[in-house]
Amino acid sequence: MSAAAIPVPTAPRESFLTEGYTIASWLTTRDHKRIAILYAIAITLFFFLGGAAAALIRIELVTPRGDLVTADTYNKLFTIHGVVMVWFFLIPSIPATLGNFLVPLMIGSREVAFPRLNLLSWYIYVLGGIFTVAMLVAGGVDTGWTFYTPFSTMFSNTHVVWAAAGVFIVGFSSILTGLNFIVTVHRMRAPGMTWFRLPLFVWALYATSLILVLATPVLAMTLTLIVIERVLHIGIFDPALGGDPLLFQHLFWFYSHPAVYIMVLPAMGVVSEMITCFARKRIFGYRFMAYAILGIAAFGFLVWGHHMFVSGQSVYAGMVFSMLSMMVAVPSAIKVFNWTATLYKGSIVFTAPMLYALGFVGLFTIGGMTGIYLATLAADVHLTDTYFVIAHFHSIMVGGSVMAYLGGIHYWWPKITGRRYSEAWGRVAAIVIFFGFNLTFFPQYLLGYLGMPRRYHEYAPDLQVLNVLSSGGASILAVGYLLPLLYLGWSLFKGPPAGPNPWNAKGLEWTTDSPPPKENFREPPLVTEPPYAYDPEHPER
Amino acid sequence: MSARPDVVPVDVPWRRETASLGMWIFLATEVMFFGVLFLAYTHARLADPQGFAAASRLTHEWLGTINTAILLTSSLTMALAVRSGWAGHRALVIRLLWATAFLGAAFIAVKLVEYRLEWRDGLVPALHFTYSGPHARAVQAFFFLYFVMTGVHAVHLTIGVALVAWLALRDRDPSHPVRRRETAECLGLYWHFVDGIWIFLYPLIYLVELWR
Repeated sequence: MSAAAIPVPTAPRESFLTEGYTIASWLTTRDHKRIAILYAIAITLFFFLGGAAAALIRIELVTPRGDLVTADTYNKLFTIHGVVMVWFFLIPSIPATLGNFLVPLMIGSREVAFPRLNLLSWYIYVLGGIFTVAMLVAGGVDTGWTFYTPFSTMFSNTHVVWAAAGVFIVGFSSILTGLNFIVTVHRMRAPGMTWFRLPLFVWALYATSLILVLATPVLAMTLTLIVIERVLHIGIFDPALGGDPLLFQHLFWFYSHPAVYIMVLPAMGVVSEMITCFARKRIFGYRFMAYAILGIAAFGFLVWGHHMFVSGQSVYAGMVFSMLSMMVAVPSAIKVFNWTATLYKGSIVFTAPMLYALGFVGLFTIGGMTGIYLATLAADVHLTDTYFVIAHFHSIMVGGSVMAYLGGIHYWWPKITGRRYSEAWGRVAAIVIFFGFNLTFFPQYLLGYLGMPRRYHEYAPDLQVLNVLSSGGASILAVGYLLPLLYLGWSLFKGPPAGPNPWNAKGLEWTTDSPPPKENFREPPLVTEPPYAYDPEHPER
Repeated sequence: MSARPDVVPVDVPWRRETASLGMWIFLATEVMFFGVLFLAYTHARLADPQGFAAASRLTHEWLGTINTAILLTSSLTMALAVRSGWAGHRALVIRLLWATAFLGAAFIAVKLVEYRLEWRDGLVPALHFTYSGPHARAVQAFFFLYFVMTGVHAVHLTIGVALVAWLALRDRDPSHPVRRRETAECLGLYWHFVDGIWIFLYPLIYLVELWR
């Protein structure tokens, strides 16, 4: 075929973006696609706020002495970094942006089950954000993102109540988003879209939503009890009144460990979509992938005690939690093996999204394996509260979730905006981020193993080389995160039209215009084939 | 879509199930929300069972029992309101909804009387606590949990009363009757959930080793 015969895609005349141009038309929209974009803007602002705090932490740690900020300021910096990144970026990142945009499209629906509730959850998110920013302006909070008692209830002189209020409020935004997705997946699927024809992204969002609605209220009530105890000086976490600080840790981690899976399950969904598309192959073991997602979500509720091995819980509880934590590795390994098997003999194209996906698989594996070290009771006594833990969970959160989020943004960018971005710059950014990430966090594994504790603004002078390497890596990472803002921003205005399916991908979202019309599909879709039908000569197994 | 109450549009069964599935999931989150308090109660009670028994004897079990009867009756009127809505008796629905709202308000009124008696007896931790008998620490923990648990319950009930009254007012307008019935059904689920929480609170607060 000659080049002239390939039709040049043109932009559709009408889309959800052309439905209204005023700010009011955006702020009162009930279109899940527009709400996704509102979320994307809000979480990007918070990402750079949390990133700025991380940058200051890394600059402070270039020298062993605490010479840039005081100990108090340092405590506030890592607290704001944790609170903002966990609740205002990572938890809403993939579900509220890509999930909101894509779940209805992927299941062939016009909208989510409760469109008004969807808009309300964005406003609740913003309200929680305002509380958090107000807390920051008023002077910050120094408890760490974990709000451990009795420090948070009796001793801290900072704005614990404001911070807890912000997190409490944003929790309801998560709950409502999760509720909306569950009902949407149950009730809004197109004819022929059976449960085992759902893309794995939808399975991942469904499992995530189950965790959101079941775990988040526990955090909400626990934070309420913290606030009551702080204000009235009486409560259930105070040992002087027969209470127990350990009870707080149990309740906190009952939410916050499943929250790890809220952050990583959607990432796994995104990666599954990208790997099948760019290996041009059906996903290996589709049903096992779906069951593994549900298995991780279920096991995730039973392992919170591994955060408390040195907190004085009974040794038998420690042994049970250690064993259960290792069992989460089984469904996680199923996923890694199946992604690898999908790549096997695939026709792999190294696009920018694929580079992110492959980076995810490698870094998630490292993060998962170091998690096994930490789940080992005896090893954890040495490694707990050191930089090994920091490096471990950043491998999952940054190497895993953020990589997948950025990969997903690139993969669906042509669908969302209707425009193409610069593939070359996309690949450069993906490689810079991968390199920057590893240079930032590999030294931290070593630092933790050598015994450098987390949450101190000073350290022993012989640890300086590794800390300088880590800070250097962080500056490369920062460049990597700023690059997409530039070339994606350019694409937003100058990018060539993408056409409905620039990647030649499978899935209902690629059958409609880019950007999609307000009602998503010109004709109500009818699903007749299994998911990921990239190789039709091999029928559904 | 017809305004006549006897004509049900085709998508109503679908919408009805979608809306109530949403409400059921919301109630699941509520179970986890209250679950924290029940766990805290269990933890504190296991630490000093006799103290909790002593504290429970200081509560006004008759007021609690009357309130239980009031709330169970309100659940009956709510269930009847939902049923008569689907049967098309609009006037009856409005009366039953007002009865439900009235009973809910009566519950809150009795609860306020009870709080007042506890204030008089110096049983309000942090603000006015003068109890100095045996097991003083456990009694204080008990009454702390008592106020938090019944307080959160009362907030839920107040929201319920407001919504039921709002629906009763909206129901006077005969347009969109089907939408109203769906709303009533979801509101009914919420109401019964709040009632159900009380069923668990009642023995935990008032009946701890009452007859020893």
